[in-house]
Amino acid sequence: MSTATARPKRRIRLDSTVIVYLALIVVIIIGAILVNTAGRNFFSLGSIRGILTGMSVLGLVAVGQTLVILAGSLDLSVPYVISLASLLAAETMRGNPNNMAQGVLLALAFAAVAGLANGLVVTKLKVHGFIATLGVGLIIKGYLDTNYQGSAGKVPAAFQFIGATGLGPVPISTIIMLALATLVYLFLKKTRTGHHIYAVGGSLEVSRLSGLRTARPIIVAHVICSVMAGLAGLLLASRLGVGSPTVGSQGGYDLLSIAAVVLGGTILAGGRGSIWGTIGGVAIFAVLDSVMSAIQFNPFLKDVVRGVVIVAAVAIYTGRRVERRRARFATKETAR
Amino acid sequence: MRRNMNMAAAIVGVAAVIALAGCTTDPSVTDPDEGDGTTEEINWFDQAVFDKQDAERDVVPEGPDGQPYLQYINAEMTDTSAFASEGAKKVCFANASISNPWRVTGWITMNQQLKVLQEQGAISEMETRDAQDSDDTQIADIDYFIEEGNCDVFLISPNSTAAMTPAVERACDTGKPVIVFDRGVLTDCPVTFIHPIGGAAWGIDTSEFLIDNLEPGDKVVALRILPGVDVLETRWAAAKKLFDDAGIEAVDYFTGGDPAEIKKIISDELAKGEVNGIWMDAGDGGVAALEAFEDLGVDYPVMTGEDQISFLKKWQSTGITALAPVYSNFQWRTALLAVQKIFAGEEVPKEWILPQKPITADELDEVLAVNEGMPDGHYATFGGEDLPGYPEVWQERIVP
Amino acid sequence: MSDTTTPRFGRRAGNALLTLISPRGAVFLLLAVLLVFIAILNPDFAEPGQFIRFVQRVAPIAIVAIGQYFVIVSGEFDLSMGSVIAAQVVIAGNLIGQDDSKSVPVLLLMIGFGILVGLVNGLVTTLLRVPSFIVTLGMMLALLGGVYYVTGGSASENPADGFREIGRGGIRDVPVVDIIPWAVIILAVALAAAIVISKSPFGKSLIAVGDNVTTQRYSGVRVWWVKTVAFIISSLSSTIAGVLLVGYAGVHPSVGRGYEFIAITAVVLGGVVLGGGRGWVVAAVAGAFTLEALFTLLNFADVPSTWRSTIQGIIIIAAVAYSAVAFRARRKGPTPSASLESGKEPELAGVPADAAHTPGPGQRQQITNGG
Repeated sequence: MSTATARPKRRIRLDSTVIVYLALIVVIIIGAILVNTAGRNFFSLGSIRGILTGMSVLGLVAVGQTLVILAGSLDLSVPYVISLASLLAAETMRGNPNNMAQGVLLALAFAAVAGLANGLVVTKLKVHGFIATLGVGLIIKGYLDTNYQGSAGKVPAAFQFIGATGLGPVPISTIIMLALATLVYLFLKKTRTGHHIYAVGGSLEVSRLSGLRTARPIIVAHVICSVMAGLAGLLLASRLGVGSPTVGSQGGYDLLSIAAVVLGGTILAGGRGSIWGTIGGVAIFAVLDSVMSAIQFNPFLKDVVRGVVIVAAVAIYTGRRVERRRARFATKETAR
Repeated sequence: MRRNMNMAAAIVGVAAVIALAGCTTDPSVTDPDEGDGTTEEINWFDQAVFDKQDAERDVVPEGPDGQPYLQYINAEMTDTSAFASEGAKKVCFANASISNPWRVTGWITMNQQLKVLQEQGAISEMETRDAQDSDDTQIADIDYFIEEGNCDVFLISPNSTAAMTPAVERACDTGKPVIVFDRGVLTDCPVTFIHPIGGAAWGIDTSEFLIDNLEPGDKVVALRILPGVDVLETRWAAAKKLFDDAGIEAVDYFTGGDPAEIKKIISDELAKGEVNGIWMDAGDGGVAALEAFEDLGVDYPVMTGEDQISFLKKWQSTGITALAPVYSNFQWRTALLAVQKIFAGEEVPKEWILPQKPITADELDEVLAVNEGMPDGHYATFGGEDLPGYPEVWQERIVP
Repeated sequence: MSDTTTPRFGRRAGNALLTLISPRGAVFLLLAVLLVFIAILNPDFAEPGQFIRFVQRVAPIAIVAIGQYFVIVSGEFDLSMGSVIAAQVVIAGNLIGQDDSKSVPVLLLMIGFGILVGLVNGLVTTLLRVPSFIVTLGMMLALLGGVYYVTGGSASENPADGFREIGRGGIRDVPVVDIIPWAVIILAVALAAAIVISKSPFGKSLIAVGDNVTTQRYSGVRVWWVKTVAFIISSLSSTIAGVLLVGYAGVHPSVGRGYEFIAITAVVLGGVVLGGGRGWVVAAVAGAFTLEALFTLLNFADVPSTWRSTIQGIIIIAAVAYSAVAFRARRKGPTPSASLESGKEPELAGVPADAAHTPGPGQRQQITNGG
């Protein structure tokens, strides 16, 4: 009897993340075939390393974005937080390895403040996450436009190491990203605030009626998201060797992170989703990009492919899940 | 009561962001130690560069007549005999993007040149990775080529100067020849760096033209595409200096290249007063600027645009006083021709400075005749008149 | 209701004033303030001739705001507007060429294309149940990539002057204003149509669907049809804006870029609540005017263009916060709290379970020029 009750629950939780990884495998297989027809090897060292590197920055941002979306909000300020974090770090370090810690701390402190601003505007001023983070992002953008006309600062060689080296085919940056993703996953699963984030995203009203202080999880989610963006900025600074006011917008990290999160099975309305699904979504994008570059696909058509894949993939799983609720009581049908 | 406190907290939060923004205007204050390296402070105006390019404008280029894409100015030749070898070579091209019509024109020309070189047996194939305007992607592309590409030569059109430098250095470290063109990098490890004279020369050519045709006290509206792009910033930096020295009032706006935006900006400026001249750091959208004058029934300004066909045609039909500076699009050909020369062991200039001659009013008709039937987004100095497929390939503008 | 001896006029005026500072009317107040400032900085602006040209250039933005209004009020978002505009502009440029006689057939084709895009957006959102953010994002990427692929990233020739007249010209030699641009007339017609639609039963079901999908379903409204029509209206509005922009700006693939973002901001400024269920279309149009007035004011005030984004950000947050906070203040008193089914408190930080969100501009930076 107890297995019958347990099975439907586990079935639903496995579903979305498992689907993403199944989709990832399908994409890899198709990609490998296409790449091999073009005369290259999909599974070569350089190719794998390229894919994993491509996952690191977007992965960091997408993990943060997952938290915010789970809490029922959204974060559009990430590109500007990334850019400014990279600049603050690079300018503080000025090529001197002794300044590395200061640079990192300053960049992350700024990111935390930005996240705090986002969270406060959303919770205290009652502005929808889209508008709130858009506004904060624009404020940062104006600052960037006015004070920076090009790249600035210099990152010392020791720090550049992080962006450049790896253990075999796996870059250090990917390892860092996965470690952080695990931390966030544990945070969501094990801590009270983590559970509250799910609750608040699921239904704000019910959470409040249950006695939760609804502001705090949302603010925490925003702060973590911005700090992850700050880390992404640091990683980019390490790769580029300088800070850049455009590096965040170049990567389209706001839209792509949201797309990766949704691709990973998290619902935009909040309350349901998983970090690992997001990582799967990020992986799908990275593989897609790598395959299209390897076959020298027309760059304009790359966007068409991305658009179609995003819609198709999401259609496949929302089509399946629809509005499935967890069965509260096991019945003969659900225990099938 | 609590609501007021919450509002206060929120206002404090937002204010904190703004205040922090204000406080961090000069981080060097918090860190008085000079490190090992120096910060790369970007100040776009450099007197030395200004003077150098000013002089270069007047130098007669050396090299074959009638083939500006093979000519060079003040070149210090470098010996490439170490690279001389037989056989068709594989080129790996890391392209910043083809996200604007200038680059698309160059890309089409380059591919036609590639066909010629393939027939001659100099090049076997060219593998291209397009970074879509992203520094991070281009670094990954170059690393991919180094690792996987089996390249015989690296051809790089960098997305931005400072950020691409480490990757270019890694390419140089492989021992294979590296050719950089268009925007540069902060290292001279490549075999050759191909580019037209430069932004300062553009700024000088254009501002001198406007200054000659206007009076001190006249107003010039400068339409700039985006901030932070080196090749564009240097143009404005030089032009602004000369405008200031000549007493011309110059105001600049960022337009994003959007013609609707351009029209609005000009209309607003015309509402504020007279506009005597228009300066553009790139030609896209020039037609919209002129139309703004037409719509308000005001006299046309003196204008500098670029060698984009849309601007040239409008210039011809309206008869305005104008100049079309160029950022020689034929450099895309030179890049591949340099590959051929290097593997043949021929000398090439270490810094390959290509001629950069603006199109003046008396040349206009001839230039348009050569480019007859070309689409609006085509650039007149594409240098491909003697390549196979002229003129259809450029007229049809199919992106390879 | 207490019976007062205040003359009716006084009470009406009092109500009007209250409406002005309420979130519903706040945008009109803001607009008035901005226009006054512009006129102070540049007295010519208040001249009817100049002012009507201002209306001409806001027209495309106001029209897309109308389209986006219908979509947002039904609880969805349309991110594909900018790309639809670009695609339509390119279609006009390439197919009409210099041949004026082709104007009408090509116009019909463009309208058909607009309807098709709206249909796809709507059906995939409602029948395949993909969040509208994702669908319209995918459509945006696909259309934009397609447009760039077909045009090779650059403009083709501007189409015949006849076609461009719509966006550029108007009825000339009119007393007082000197010219009534066609764009203004088209905007007026579009606004009138929008008001009629929103007061019609369809319009009311649209708002109701945005408010609470479940109740609507139970009351027999075909939700999928209603939402799809909203998306079709949105794409058609983008098409009309495209026609106007071909005239105003010419053919260029970057025309219309970011318009979905401007439209959403305009609609939100107008007090329409993200997530649907509330809002007045005239306020959305006022929001569009407010945005453009803000940019114009910044131009006249010689504010360095680099600070524009910051000012825009502050104003957006302030305007929406004001609506949210003031609206809540008005809603004291016993109102039935939102049912758990709809899970929706639009003025709170969370987002309703049914509505999909939206993202933003996030356009990858495209350096439109040489070098």
